[in-house]
Amino acid sequence: MGAKLPDAATAHSGAQHHSGEAHGTVGGYITGFILSAILTVIPFWLVMSGALADTALTALAVAALGALQIVVHMVYFLQMNGRSEAGWTLSAFIFTVIIIAIAVVGSVWVMHHLDVNMMPMTHEDARTLP
Amino acid sequence: MTKVSSTSGLAGEAPVFFLTETDEDHGHHETGTNLGFWIYLMSDCLIFASLFAVHAVVGRNYAGGPAPVDLFDLNIILLSTTALLISSITYGFSVIAMQSGKQQGTLGWLAATGVFGLIFLGLSLYEFYHLIHIGATPQVSAFLSSFFALVGTHALHVAFGIVWLVVLLVQIKQRGLIEANQRRVLCLSMFWHFLDLVWIVVFSFVYLIGVL
Amino acid sequence: MALDSNLQQLLFGRLTLEALPLHEPIVVVTFVGVALGGIAVLGALTYFRLWGYLWHEWFTSVDHKKIGIMYIVLGIVMFLRGLADAIMLRLQQAIASGGSEGYLNAHHYDQIFTAHGVIMIFFVAMPLVTGLMNYVMPLQIGARDVAFPFLNNLSFWLTTSGAVLVMISLFVGEFAQTGWLAYPPLSGIDNSPWVGVDYYLWSLQIAGVGTTLSGINLIVTIVKMRCPGMHYMRMPIFTWTSLCTNILIVATFPILTAVLALLTLDRYVGTHFFTNDGGGNPMMYVNLIWIWGHPEVYILVLPAFGIFSEVVATLSGKRLFGYTSMVYATACITILSYIVWLHHFFTMGAGATVNTFFGITTMIISIPTGAKIFNWLFTMYKGRIRFEVPMYWSIGFMLTFVVGGMTGVLLAVPPADFVLHNSLFLVAHFHNTIIGGVVFGLFAGLVYWFPKMFGFRADPFVGKIAFWCWQIGFWVAFMPVYILGLMGVTRRLSQFDDTSLQPLFITAAVGAGLIGIGTLALVGQFAVGFLRRKDPAYADTTGDPWNGRTLEWATSSPPPAYNFAFTPVAHDIDAWWDMKKRGYSRPLTGFVPVHMPHNTGMGVVLAGLATVLGFALIWHIWWLVVVAFVTLIGTAIAHTFNYNRDYYIPAAEVAAIEDNRTRLLAGKVTS
Repeated sequence: MGAKLPDAATAHSGAQHHSGEAHGTVGGYITGFILSAILTVIPFWLVMSGALADTALTALAVAALGALQIVVHMVYFLQMNGRSEAGWTLSAFIFTVIIIAIAVVGSVWVMHHLDVNMMPMTHEDARTLP
Repeated sequence: MTKVSSTSGLAGEAPVFFLTETDEDHGHHETGTNLGFWIYLMSDCLIFASLFAVHAVVGRNYAGGPAPVDLFDLNIILLSTTALLISSITYGFSVIAMQSGKQQGTLGWLAATGVFGLIFLGLSLYEFYHLIHIGATPQVSAFLSSFFALVGTHALHVAFGIVWLVVLLVQIKQRGLIEANQRRVLCLSMFWHFLDLVWIVVFSFVYLIGVL
Repeated sequence: MALDSNLQQLLFGRLTLEALPLHEPIVVVTFVGVALGGIAVLGALTYFRLWGYLWHEWFTSVDHKKIGIMYIVLGIVMFLRGLADAIMLRLQQAIASGGSEGYLNAHHYDQIFTAHGVIMIFFVAMPLVTGLMNYVMPLQIGARDVAFPFLNNLSFWLTTSGAVLVMISLFVGEFAQTGWLAYPPLSGIDNSPWVGVDYYLWSLQIAGVGTTLSGINLIVTIVKMRCPGMHYMRMPIFTWTSLCTNILIVATFPILTAVLALLTLDRYVGTHFFTNDGGGNPMMYVNLIWIWGHPEVYILVLPAFGIFSEVVATLSGKRLFGYTSMVYATACITILSYIVWLHHFFTMGAGATVNTFFGITTMIISIPTGAKIFNWLFTMYKGRIRFEVPMYWSIGFMLTFVVGGMTGVLLAVPPADFVLHNSLFLVAHFHNTIIGGVVFGLFAGLVYWFPKMFGFRADPFVGKIAFWCWQIGFWVAFMPVYILGLMGVTRRLSQFDDTSLQPLFITAAVGAGLIGIGTLALVGQFAVGFLRRKDPAYADTTGDPWNGRTLEWATSSPPPAYNFAFTPVAHDIDAWWDMKKRGYSRPLTGFVPVHMPHNTGMGVVLAGLATVLGFALIWHIWWLVVVAFVTLIGTAIAHTFNYNRDYYIPAAEVAAIEDNRTRLLAGKVTS
């Protein structure tokens, strides 16, 4: 009889599936904490000490370290993996990241072009607009 | 939980069209909570994303007012970041205590999380107070408007998290680590770690890159 | 004296007696009419002792079916308001020609076109779409309720709360005069100093929270609660489009919430997000609100596409042509709808590079939509088509929507858009897609699932009158508007000097009148059906009046509170069709208690408090803001202390209900 039930297990209410639900370990949290602490201190140090002369390079480093720290938090604190909720947690997150990228990058791109086309002034002027 | 039984035709031949269920089949209303809460967090993420997009567009419009480099004290930000990071790990320990059924441990670590959350919130409020005191109010420029909106929204979330945490402490005290309370602890856990995650973006883009 | 006015301000904020629009005779007459009607309804409810019934069976219900019906009732009531606005606008434009000012002053006229847009999108289309999804989707996936039944009730009442605020604005104060998206700087505090925009902001915020929560709820329902055997590629298309629509809701409404919150800060706190001074940027508002706004169009139309897919397949007696392509087309539209938003403001000056990108993406999005049209056509091809009322609406949709889609592709060409932007051509275009797509779809769905909801059919003759009035009325109303737009007439004007335009405006008004008659017939078909509900030609005793294909037809009409005594098992895309073909037999014994959630009045209470909070914020009654907010939070927290939220329907009760159905079915043998 059971053989006649294709995919029943995956489709029916997920009571059987507690796999991948948040089950952290002390070790996992400590690892995450240490990594995260390092990834916090480096960008603060970079900016506060002015270790890199080039501000663009510093900004890039801060952004990259921030992104890395997000991944650390996702993995060690939020226990994200491809298995929780049959992959829906991860796919919802990836979808959200895509939408955020579209909205933020798109807005900046569109508004930059608007500024260039419609506001014939220098960047300094723009900063000190009344 | 569900037992498949033949309801049509000869056993073993015709396909099963209906499931008969036993009395133990409860709780399928509950299993969606984690996913539902996660989806809520994703939608909350988009509120922050919109605020970040606004900050990215108008965050350098100082309108003759002060710029980040004139305003931000990175030492305080480093301190509050540390407080929030510590609160994340104390929350983690609380979840671990809960999963091994230790009610006192759960409560203790939750309370510790609340204390560090309060420290973070206090530092945020102090910063706001300081900025308003020196005249850098949200009405001065688009940059300050967007700064206050973004950091303020995050602080509001933390405040809400602390209220929730206190409610949860009372509920665990009252009823112990019953299934419903465990679920709530896990939801607040997601919420709390999520706030820490948003804070990473805030301190990286608003404060650190801001003062460059 | 000064003390008095201070005290008054403290107690009532900006709310004074002058806020009542007693100087507007039209509003006063409307108010008298509404008040008399309201008193009549309340009196009737009291006389027939229906308050207890309404409260216990409906308002506090957490049953997705009842909540769905309440959403639909809300949508239809608000539709009458929105339609009255539309007819007033058409009448004004037909009269106000060659120096005549018409019968509406500019202040009133501007409120009406704003209210018309806001109501039709947020309080008609959204509740109807959500209502149908709520009602039908859990049945289609063989579930007993949604994932979070209380949240469902709360979402409904929050939506209602927003609608109530909009209705209050008609009689207390004013509504926004900004157009339905309230662009700054017009909607800023300098140009709209009074309460109109605040009504707009708070009603949309409160309703928006409800919409987002319901979106989360329905996604989790689809992901978690499908019956055994129903994997993703076996879900009915309406469930698929519901899933995509709710994903869009959850992933766009927060953007609306954020952008409206920032405009609120500009107005209440004096920040500089969208102001002209202080470094603000009004264009950023336009940009952000359309990142929400374009997906919103698809939030409305995707479920309509789902309805057509169900109706066409069922009433052609054939499996839907190209199920897989339909699913992929829906998914494509979901993603693509996020990268076309700039076509709403080509003329703002982003330049050729940006405009080209968004022009091309806009044209691309018409491809999956076109694929869907072909799928429906091929489903009908060589099918055994039954010309029931839902099929009328579906065929009417295919003809009308294609024209609307093509004018859309025309507008997607940036140079053409520079000519047509903000013209009546645009107005005709979006009415063509929204009426021809969303509205026809919702009407098809209402008639199609009406027997499921109530156990009797709507009257087909009156239904066909409704269809023809709408179909002809639409073309008569909007073809002149297309022509006027091509002639260069811009939108939102209350009077026209050029008398040569008047014949076209009069024609359009006649069309609006036809649509009005069609709406009466639309409601009438349900009323006639109700009067004849005992007639065997109308009564639906089988639960399957259309010889349906999906699981909602596998249970009785109306379904019992628990939907299915035994969870069905899907073996095919058309699960119910498959069961009928393979000679399923309905289990008659072995019923067990069914686990169900308790009803709760908490949704009504919380939404009521939200309405008070919104009203206090609109009128700057700060003490009430504090009281309402604290009570709202306190009540919500108190609710979390209630752990006793469910109960069991005893097996005997289930058995009694199912035996009754067995007797009904015995009277008429199903296929």
